[in-house]
Amino acid sequence: MRSARRLALAGLVAVAALPWLVGSYPVKLAQEILIWGIFAMSLDLLMGYAGMLSFGHSAFFGLGGYVAALALRGWSPSLVSALVLPAAAAAAAGLVVGFLSIRVSGVYFIMLTLAFSQMFYAAAFNAEWLGASDGLPGVPRPRLIGLDLDRTEVFHLYILAFFVLALVALARVVRSPFGRVLRGVEDNERRMVALGYAVRRFKLAAFVVGATIAGVAGSLEAQFNGYISPEALFWTTSGEALLMVSIGGAGTLAGPVLGAAAFIGLQSLLSSYTEHWTLILGAAFIGFVLWAPEGLLGLARREAGG
Amino acid sequence: MSDPLLRCHALTRRFGALAALNGVSLEVEARERRAIIGPNGAGKTTLFDLITGELTPSAGHVEFAGRTISGLPPHAVARRGISRSYQRTNAFRHLTAGENLRLAAAAGARENFRLLAAPPPPASTSAAVREVAHAVGLGARLDILAGRLSHGEQRQLELGIALATRPRLLLLDEPTAGMSPAETQRMVRLLAALPREVTCLIIEHDMDLVFTLADRVSVLHHGEVLAEGLPAAVRGDPRVHEVYLGSGGEA
Ligand SMILES: Nc1ncnc2c1ncn2[C@@H]1O[C@H](COP(=O)(O)OP(=O)(O)O)[C@@H](O)[C@H]1O
Ligand SMILES: [Mg+2]
Repeated sequence: MRSARRLALAGLVAVAALPWLVGSYPVKLAQEILIWGIFAMSLDLLMGYAGMLSFGHSAFFGLGGYVAALALRGWSPSLVSALVLPAAAAAAAGLVVGFLSIRVSGVYFIMLTLAFSQMFYAAAFNAEWLGASDGLPGVPRPRLIGLDLDRTEVFHLYILAFFVLALVALARVVRSPFGRVLRGVEDNERRMVALGYAVRRFKLAAFVVGATIAGVAGSLEAQFNGYISPEALFWTTSGEALLMVSIGGAGTLAGPVLGAAAFIGLQSLLSSYTEHWTLILGAAFIGFVLWAPEGLLGLARREAGG
Repeated sequence: MSDPLLRCHALTRRFGALAALNGVSLEVEARERRAIIGPNGAGKTTLFDLITGELTPSAGHVEFAGRTISGLPPHAVARRGISRSYQRTNAFRHLTAGENLRLAAAAGARENFRLLAAPPPPASTSAAVREVAHAVGLGARLDILAGRLSHGEQRQLELGIALATRPRLLLLDEPTAGMSPAETQRMVRLLAALPREVTCLIIEHDMDLVFTLADRVSVLHHGEVLAEGLPAAVRGDPRVHEVYLGSGGEA
């Protein structure tokens, strides 16, 4: 446990130092991994801890991105625009979508969350004021007290700070009494109900927390790219996060971050050689599901003899 | 005479054309230990499902402590003080025995919604958990995953989970199902040692257990109450012999 914490700290310092050590391309890659790591962790809260396989998580990612883009462009380049408003919007949407979706489970839950996110996609795709299929370009980065986020190393640390915040908060949530309840729901929902737990309320709370953090990740994505497009809302965005969680190891938080690194690293590595990199990715995913269903982190633990 | 703690009014439950339960009325006094016996398919488990709200009655209703509970969702029924065990062990397989008991003990706790509260200490250090674990003979097994316990221990855990919510009414569905004679003996002792404040309804096939533990016995047959009374009287009832005791009813 202590050595794991040391390892994480060393990794953190290494990631923080990247802009001073390597070129701009790997730094960009690292930032993308951090952002998608946040997104994947937020999905892991639902998938790995509360047993909710949501195919609609992109709705909150994209919503956070659009709200940040609108607020940063049109209102003020502040932290309120970059963080508070996207998080609040995603939380509100999570409350509505979650409230309606949690009434069903299994395949119906998957279908319902998928349908909701596709509605968000269609709405953005058809809205002229949101730039329709092009989305919103020219998203400025916020101005923080004396910090110039257009400088690579400052922006890097800014994203890393959000990542650490999300990781620490989620790690706290899953270990809290609330997190224990979620574990119980994941293990045996029917028994939890019979014991007197209002299971739907716990699931809804987890859904809203997950949506909120996904919204923050989406906002960072918009700031990172300088634009947001309907693609962020499309179901494949949920699918990619799902792959990251599965490849990395659901129910571990750290696993999905590894999954994001593997996914994005592999993508950048392979896509320069072959157009069919998704095929290879798919094969890797199938391999994981069949032979290492506990994911990268589980593999590592198995190797360590734990 | 005081009002009964549990009152079932003409409970009926149909599955398609089959009436699994057909107009069952039942009254159980506080502190009573009532055995429910009857052949397989008699509707015993269905009766429990109707009491706990896991099934809704086709007709009739259930009163608990003077108030109607039919129509409440199962978690709300549980919060009123009714707890049950299952015929087939229904624990949290991937959690430790201690964590199983703690989840049960913590149902309804305010802190369950404190998302950022500090992680609680290990379940095995909780006094409530230790007490229940001791009562069901699992004191030394708290750190074992529920799915790894022996069959007998899993049945003890099943009882412990039901007990840990501190119910006023405890519904036990065949607590000795699948147990060896030695394990059954042990379970009988555990049940006999339960505090009297906990009113018990026990579905059981083991006649020794029934006659050792029960104050009264209700016999279900084809979804109806065939007989009800003191254990000795029920044992002597020829109709009961015919449908159950006589025909080697230990199925
Ligand atoms: N969910 C269900 N759907 C259809 N039939 C059921 C269901 N549950 C129980 N039954 C039927 O109702 C009858 C009573 O079942 P049950 O209450 O489990 O009996 P017991 O516990 O006395 O053995 C049986 O014939 C059983 O097949
Ligand atoms: Mg039964």
